Amino acid sequence: MLNLQPYENPMYFVYLLIGLIPVIIGLFYGKRFRWYESLFSLFFIILIFDADKWPQGQALIVYVLYNTLLVWGYTKYRTAAESKNKTWVFVLAVILGIAPLTVVKFTPLFATHPSILGFLGISYLTFKVVGMIMETRDGSIKEFNLIKFWQFLLFFPTISSGPIDRYRRFIADYDSVPDRQKYTELFSKAIHYLMLGFLYKFILGYIFGTLLYPYMQHMAIVAGQHTFLHLSWGVVGVMYAYSGYLFFDFAGYSLFAVAISYFMGIETPMNFNQPFKSYNIKDFWNRWHMTLSFWFRDYIYMRFVFFMMKHKLVKSRVATAAIGYFLLFGIMGVWHGETWYYIVYGLFHAVLINLTDMWIRFKKKHKGLLPSNKFTYYFSVFLTFNTVCFSFLIFSGFLDQLWFH
Amino acid sequence: MNHEDIKNGVIDILVDLTGSDDVRDNLDINLFDTGLLDSMGTVQLLLELQSQFGIDVPVSEFERDEWATPNKIIAKVESM
Repeated sequence: MLNLQPYENPMYFVYLLIGLIPVIIGLFYGKRFRWYESLFSLFFIILIFDADKWPQGQALIVYVLYNTLLVWGYTKYRTAAESKNKTWVFVLAVILGIAPLTVVKFTPLFATHPSILGFLGISYLTFKVVGMIMETRDGSIKEFNLIKFWQFLLFFPTISSGPIDRYRRFIADYDSVPDRQKYTELFSKAIHYLMLGFLYKFILGYIFGTLLYPYMQHMAIVAGQHTFLHLSWGVVGVMYAYSGYLFFDFAGYSLFAVAISYFMGIETPMNFNQPFKSYNIKDFWNRWHMTLSFWFRDYIYMRFVFFMMKHKLVKSRVATAAIGYFLLFGIMGVWHGETWYYIVYGLFHAVLINLTDMWIRFKKKHKGLLPSNKFTYYFSVFLTFNTVCFSFLIFSGFLDQLWFH
Repeated sequence: MNHEDIKNGVIDILVDLTGSDDVRDNLDINLFDTGLLDSMGTVQLLLELQSQFGIDVPVSEFERDEWATPNKIIAKVESM
């Protein structure tokens, strides 16, 4: 049977666009053919998980049923007329929500085979589920609707790698039909994003990832044979090549997912906003893999800080912020995988963001002490860019290869 | 509570949190784009609004766009 991984090759887009024709015509005439959309989505999900990927498909089915029960159960508990809204029930629901992903992520530490619970996109589905549980706890999501839950969870353009949408935002789009003017706008943006995505993923991503990156790796390994820590200019080349690849490949992928969503009248949020123009690390995280960093910000960092401050667990707000950052980036590091370089990458960013906060406080205290002009601005952009690229060098795992293999 | 009290109360909180008088001079300044308020500042804002005005805003209900300027925050507080 045919198996197609999302957005991997140009033919995929041909199939997709053929399937999208009825959706597009419908939306132009103010109609949403929900049945057709569902069948179309299901068809492309099956193409991801059929044939030799069928074990993953079975894991996906089990996962969806498990989480359907979980979210239904928690919503029922939370919205009952006399719900006690106990914290322990909420905590239990969150733990059950992240349990499958945790098992999948930690299995490689203990076994030689990947977990049978795993499938492509489990992380992104877990983010959606846990977000829903938290918003249900807050009383922001007030009901459970099976069809809408599945539509949200299994929205196929974003199923494998995001961007991560939010339930209420998604459903507001799903429940409505954009008017002609709005849809024309979405349609032309979608075309633009598709083209940009092709440029990013298939041209620039290819140049950086398939041509430059292996070339630089080879140079670094040869040049570093007898040097201190095996360092050489080749490592610098690896750093920039990998950073370029990481951005263009993933930003391209995200643009495809957003474009296909727009064709379907769903405004999936953007993932990247010119991250290499950031003037500091905080700015960077507001522009890089935004739906993930906002998810961590809203569902982990802010809730953690809110809890700590409300119960006055730590007196100093500087210390609270610092603990929050280490928690956030620590989890983000571990989520990428249990290797030293992902964890160091997370901690590196936690340290950087704490230093940034210290620097901002210092500047506030000593106003007028330091110049602030075009030059200092471009210097901060330059510094941020190189620091971020260095963090991607850690992230790439190349140092692991260079030092330990 | 009347409009002036709410307005002054909110501005005082913001001046305190941002450490800047900009929020007093320009009620339409974007607190997030300018970096005056970050996530930590946002949480403190929510807690202050809770203790001073008794309004309860869960983190889920905090849409940055809807709370981005002093004027928007004042309008939010008044509507609650």
